[in-house]
Amino acid sequence: MSSVIQVQGLTKKFGHQFTAVNDLSFSVNKGDVYGFLGQNGAGKSTTIRMLLSLITPTSGSIEIFGMPLQANRAAIMQNVGAVIEKPAMYEYLTAYQNLKIFSALSGVSKTRLQLLHELDVVGLAARAHDLVRTFSQGMKQRLAIAMAMVNDPQLILLDEPTNGLDPQGIADIRNLILQLSRVQGKTVLVSSHLLSEIEQVATRLIIIDKGCKLVEGDSKDLFDKSKTVVAIQTLNNIEATKQLMQTNWASHVLIDRSSDKEICMQLDEKLLPTLHKNLVEMGIGVLSVKPMHSLEDYFLRITSTPSYV
Amino acid sequence: MFIFCASLAIAQDASQLIKKVKAKLELVDNYEATGVMKTDIAFIKAPIGKIKIYFKKPNLFKIKKEGGISLLPKGGLSVNLSSLIASSNYTTIDAGVQDVGTKKLRVVKLLPNEETSDVVISTLYINEKESLIEKAVTTTKENGTYTMLMNYGAYSNYGLPDKVVFEFNTKNYKLPKGITLEFEDDSKPLSAAQQLKNKKGRVEISYKNYSVNKGIPAAVFN
Amino acid sequence: MFSLVQVELYKIFKRPRTYIAFGAVAALIGIIQFGLKLDGKSYLDFMLNDLSSSLEIDGKILNGYLVCYVMLQLLLVHVPLLIALIAADMISGEANMGTLRLLLIKPYSRTTLLLAKFIAAIIYTLMLLVWLAILALFGSMLLFGTDDMFLLKTSYVVLLKESDVFWRYIGAFGFAALAMTTVAALGFFLSVFAENSIGPIVATMSVIVFFTILSTLNIPIFNIIKPYLFTTHMIGWKEFFDIKVNASNEAIIGSIQNPEKIVKASLVLVAHTIGFFVATLLVFRKKDILS
Repeated sequence: MSSVIQVQGLTKKFGHQFTAVNDLSFSVNKGDVYGFLGQNGAGKSTTIRMLLSLITPTSGSIEIFGMPLQANRAAIMQNVGAVIEKPAMYEYLTAYQNLKIFSALSGVSKTRLQLLHELDVVGLAARAHDLVRTFSQGMKQRLAIAMAMVNDPQLILLDEPTNGLDPQGIADIRNLILQLSRVQGKTVLVSSHLLSEIEQVATRLIIIDKGCKLVEGDSKDLFDKSKTVVAIQTLNNIEATKQLMQTNWASHVLIDRSSDKEICMQLDEKLLPTLHKNLVEMGIGVLSVKPMHSLEDYFLRITSTPSYV
Repeated sequence: MFIFCASLAIAQDASQLIKKVKAKLELVDNYEATGVMKTDIAFIKAPIGKIKIYFKKPNLFKIKKEGGISLLPKGGLSVNLSSLIASSNYTTIDAGVQDVGTKKLRVVKLLPNEETSDVVISTLYINEKESLIEKAVTTTKENGTYTMLMNYGAYSNYGLPDKVVFEFNTKNYKLPKGITLEFEDDSKPLSAAQQLKNKKGRVEISYKNYSVNKGIPAAVFN
Repeated sequence: MFSLVQVELYKIFKRPRTYIAFGAVAALIGIIQFGLKLDGKSYLDFMLNDLSSSLEIDGKILNGYLVCYVMLQLLLVHVPLLIALIAADMISGEANMGTLRLLLIKPYSRTTLLLAKFIAAIIYTLMLLVWLAILALFGSMLLFGTDDMFLLKTSYVVLLKESDVFWRYIGAFGFAALAMTTVAALGFFLSVFAENSIGPIVATMSVIVFFTILSTLNIPIFNIIKPYLFTTHMIGWKEFFDIKVNASNEAIIGSIQNPEKIVKASLVLVAHTIGFFVATLLVFRKKDILS
């Protein structure tokens, strides 16, 4: 599978004190809907801005479409569209005028009918000639997406695309992402706080925290019941971990994610009762055994424990 | 007695001379002339201007610039030669002979008898042979003292000069920067010599063509 | 590049605030013309008070050429603010709206974008000056007619023949355009540092006011830096209205008293303009776009 985005050792420091992104590496394959997750301040937007050459990395490399970003920026950006954080447009112009401007800036010559069609795709045809300042947040978001798509890009970066949308709007965005990916074969990188939405569309995802990668992988692997991540809390997690490492359960222990607060193991969900029984037999005082079924569980769990990949 | 008679005779000579000059000037009932006027005042930068000069007896005199703005000494130029000696109500005093340039000119002072006259005294330097006034220094109540220097040529028979140089006094010129909005002006205060230079002005009129006694409408002098 | 400049001009002239400047210029000029038309004689009498004690000045002194000169003296101090309204908003305004990040993910370099915006700002400046010229010069010529130009400077008077005036105004407006371009470049430069237009606009005006004060104060310690301040040279347009005289103190028609001052001032302004733009480029190319 060819990589559309290849990031190696990406770091960004602001001043001498603050590191927003720390040695981050990941890749996005062609056709992926790549979920980019993290809490507020995790470094998601900084990373996306580095991918779009809005911010200069302190170190590391970025390749898009197999080309180094800095040296091939113009060629790369011709095939990239993005909605970055809050939708931004010229509020003193109409939706049509905004789209026309960004079409021209993308080097794309589109007729009036074509532009109106683009607005129709996002449900704004009826408001094409109204000033943007009269639009609701949801309408602005849709216009932002139309503006990002005006040059028919192969790679689309969406930073919080469902912000301010009602449930119907969120569903529309979800369907749009699926359509772009499954039907048009585009690659989509989407960051969102609505984890339930990402769960439904993402083929691969990454979770970052404090600028570092926590986990990256195929969604189906991460939520595969045969590879359920379980969080176990005992009376003495360190001792319990040592004991488990001397048993057949050793290969299931995620030693890097285990700490004095909890033990992380990955195993088939069917083995949970057996594990529980073995723990009791070993004299380990078990307080809780919690499998992480949803992305939200997984996300909250993984971003609250101080272990990094 | 002899001195009294002698002085009477000299005085008569001066009056006679004035009469002769006046007779010549009175040959001209009116004239229209074209000319060029050059204003030479230290603090004014002005180009030469083309003018038209009109005169009608006894004392109507007008200078009109052919388009544009003209700068003339106040009051002075309107007093021309004829008007200097137009009225007979003055006392003539012979002041002898004086060298002016290369010429020996008869100096005659005219004192108006009327107390209301603006002219306080006029000193005329006359070419006796030609009966032409070559220089006149006039002191007025309103406009100070001015000097007229005349050069004659083709129209000397009429007593009409080819060139008149008018010298007069001016006030030192200075406007506040707040008025002219020239806050950037960094000119230094004038030296005493320059200040003195600024107090004198000169207007030079060179007459090109005279059209004598052809008639001039009164409206021209309005 | 051409299409980028077109887009920038489109954005400038679609924005209502752009027309504030044109309206303000029209209003100011209208007020001055109205006032002088109504009571110009009193103004002239006041100005000529000193001179008229020894000279009789005849002619249409208060004509369109003089009125335009008076207006330029007043307006060219205030027009920089109107230029700053747009120029200082070029980058910071985009950052404020959030559109800067969208512009910078397009397939052209930051240098290209900056150059396009700068050219658009200059075109706006020139258009404002053309508008000023139409109203101040041609409008005044229509309202007040034309005649010789009688200029009362602080320590001397200049009389320019009518036929010798118009080309000087072409030169003066051309020079003013250059001066205003320098102001635009300054506003443009300061615009890079902010994400809100108010700051750069106020900063631009503050710099101009501060430097103008330094330029006009006659204090020896400031005289060292005066030649290097662009505000010292912004009033170089006035040199077009000073004339040389020959040995007989006769004004030489078609001459300029100090042409080298105009050349020097132009070079200083061009240097400042280029300097501001290059500085803008250097800062902007490396700037992290967080807006």
